Amino acid sequence: MVVKTAASVLEKFSTRRENLIPMLQKVQEVEGFISPESIKLISDKLRISENEIYGVSTFYAQFRFTPPGEHSIYVCMGTACHVKGGQQILNMLEYELGIKEGQTTEDGRFDLNRVACLGCCALAPVIKIDDKIYSQMSVLKLMDVLEKYTQSVEVTDE
Amino acid sequence: MSKTALNKRRKTAEIKWKSLEENKKPILFFGAATCGNAAGAQETIKAAKKTLKEIGVDADIIEVGCIGPCYLEPLMDIKPPGKPRICFSNVNEEKAEKIIKRFFLKDEIPKLGLVGHFGDNGDYGDDIPRFYDHPMIKPQVRIVLRNCGIIDPSEIDHYLARDGYVALESVLSKPWEETLDLIKQSGLRGRGGAGFPTWKKWKFCRDVESDQKYMICNADEGDPGAFMNRSLIEGDPHAVLEGLVIAAYTIGASKAYIYIRAEYPLAISRLEKAISQMEELGLIGENILGSGFNLEIKIKEGAGAFVCGEETALIASIEGNRGMPRTRPPFPAVAGLWGKPTIINNVETLGTIANIIRRGADWYTDFGTEACKGTKTFSLVGRVRRTGLIEVPMGTTLRKIIFDIGGGLFKPFKAVQTGGPSGGCLSEEFLDMPVDYENLAKVGSIMGSGGIIVLDKDTCVVDLAKYFLKFTQQESCGKCVPCRVGTRHLVNILEKITKGEGELSDLEKLEKLGESIKRSALCGLGQTAPNPVLSTLKYFRDEYLAHIIDKRCPAAVCRDLVVFRIIPEKCTGCQACVKVCPTGAITGPRSEPHNLDESKCIKCRACYEVCRFDAIAGDAIEIVSGEDKS
Ligand SMILES: Cc1cc2nc3c(=O)[nH]c(=O)nc-3n(C[C@H](O)[C@H](O)[C@H](O)COP(=O)(O)O)c2cc1C
Ligand code: FES
Repeated sequence: MVVKTAASVLEKFSTRRENLIPMLQKVQEVEGFISPESIKLISDKLRISENEIYGVSTFYAQFRFTPPGEHSIYVCMGTACHVKGGQQILNMLEYELGIKEGQTTEDGRFDLNRVACLGCCALAPVIKIDDKIYSQMSVLKLMDVLEKYTQSVEVTDE
Repeated sequence: MSKTALNKRRKTAEIKWKSLEENKKPILFFGAATCGNAAGAQETIKAAKKTLKEIGVDADIIEVGCIGPCYLEPLMDIKPPGKPRICFSNVNEEKAEKIIKRFFLKDEIPKLGLVGHFGDNGDYGDDIPRFYDHPMIKPQVRIVLRNCGIIDPSEIDHYLARDGYVALESVLSKPWEETLDLIKQSGLRGRGGAGFPTWKKWKFCRDVESDQKYMICNADEGDPGAFMNRSLIEGDPHAVLEGLVIAAYTIGASKAYIYIRAEYPLAISRLEKAISQMEELGLIGENILGSGFNLEIKIKEGAGAFVCGEETALIASIEGNRGMPRTRPPFPAVAGLWGKPTIINNVETLGTIANIIRRGADWYTDFGTEACKGTKTFSLVGRVRRTGLIEVPMGTTLRKIIFDIGGGLFKPFKAVQTGGPSGGCLSEEFLDMPVDYENLAKVGSIMGSGGIIVLDKDTCVVDLAKYFLKFTQQESCGKCVPCRVGTRHLVNILEKITKGEGELSDLEKLEKLGESIKRSALCGLGQTAPNPVLSTLKYFRDEYLAHIIDKRCPAAVCRDLVVFRIIPEKCTGCQACVKVCPTGAITGPRSEPHNLDESKCIKCRACYEVCRFDAIAGDAIEIVSGEDKS
């Protein structure tokens, strides 16, 4: 597989301002986060100051500015999940991983994030690890799921 | 594509659909929308394929969208040759194997997870019920959701075979005035929250002279706890797209955008696929169906900002800026995207349009109330038995929605929250109120986009108000002071109360501050942000008082006001809780009541859950608050 870089994926965009957010999204998709270098690349290409790009990108919750962990955990903090105990799930994850939401574990295995709603509210509470959604979570179920990811080095969605 | 070519294609599509209905070999349908997948549908599909292979049954597999009762997912339907589909619920891998084997090897219809069949009465004898007689489905009227869970959303032919794009064809052959008039007659109001008459908005835009106009579909669905729009797009993307093209034609726009939240990857890919199918058939592009009308559709992914559901913020976001709302007027219908006249409609509004055009305004106005016509989709979630997506006529009562369709609660009812972070909490006395825009607004809540969250006695309304305020405070774009600073203060006061440090005067402060934010904030986000606090203060004041005076959380939710306790008389000493406690707060030898060291307890609930589900005693751990906390 060819490793895509920010520079290579940015090529296909035109220099219209409207492409700023799609460019940031694409960069994050291939690099996992928005680095100062990619901000500079976008700035040169769109002729918008780096300052302004930071202004736009920090406005949106989607963008992160530090490298993600090997596995990204998203805890749904939507209303349906909240009333079914989503906060407990987040607390437990913070305790088990020893980090706060928004941080990455020291060994780089996990990053922990909150998300506003994953659209599976009828199966609340839910969490997402990488691209897989786990529904109807409980603290106990969470412990089982986490174990899957901490024990084996390679967990695929299969 | 010309009209004749489309009609030819429709004929082929109808033949395809018919051969599906009169199938020669069995077909298995799986609900594989995001919710189905989250419940494990993909694993079930794999298991089903394996079993079919093992027993040598040649069957087709079709992935469909969500048909509504998400609590029954994963759903699997088996359609024997030439007979109606039979739906099974909660089909995990193991169950799939069992059901398939019994069905095909023993030639029986297993009762295991059986929901019902999609045919007419008696198609399968008397002991197999009809799917549409299921108590969650029967009271519903499915107009917008008519294809969801029925058709393969990735097949444009399925949509065409079910009268897809008939409405577009008819609209394009007439002057725009006729469509506008029809939508006016239908009384359709925007489903995005405000309920503004759709035709009026369209007319504003139509009446403005401009070289360029834009049509935007708002698929941002920011209300956390609501998923109607996601479900519709995933289950029937062409229904939304057909509405979008019709709207664009009526207002005279040649460019359209779909602004969709990035958290919905499946919905985005369904849209991408559907748009490319439309391109192939010439349903978008130049000279659509020979009418001379041109339209280009682009998808824009949101980036995780609730306020971007607000139309002026949404426009700023598409333009590549921070998603900050601006004051209106000028309204987007006059000066919107890049200063050009722009109409923004919600997914469900657009999903309704083709139905109205096909079946007529009179048919549509038969549903609903005097002021609100038609149907509304709701996501019914929270502490109700049957959770999922439903569609009912406007004016249906909350009682019918929660108790008939939703099957009631497991524990006593406390409140229902509608309208998301901008809405309010309603108590039992409002259950018989017919749901429409005006009624909900009158009692301090709103319709919003259609989230209904049911709360039982184990939900703390003060905690819920704090939750919503934290959400709006975090999502406030920061442009206006009342919202940026005001919501922060509301959160601080609520934090204080839920910690047991509140004072009586705080209640008055909440009310005063809430009212002034409502009056002075710039956009809808701030103007409605205090609703969750104000409505709970009005209908559930005693719960605030319990937190303030008794330092007690009646629902035993607020962390600082509860303790976990082992009831020695009930504890059998099975050690289940000792094993799961992450901090070692619980100790004790086997067969003797265990001890819980409060100073080590982080209140994670692991022991509480394990005692209820896995332990011998079942209810030996309690969470208590207030006077019984001793
Ligand atoms: C803070 C805020 C968030 C909103 N979020 C959404 C949303 O997620 N989806 C939506 O369709 N409308 C949302 N709206 C309403 C839109 O501004 C707009 O009224 C609506 O999309 C118009 O479509 P309609 O006429 O079809 O209802 C929001 C409004 C506000 C103030
Ligand atoms: S509230 Fe958690 S998925 Fe919607």
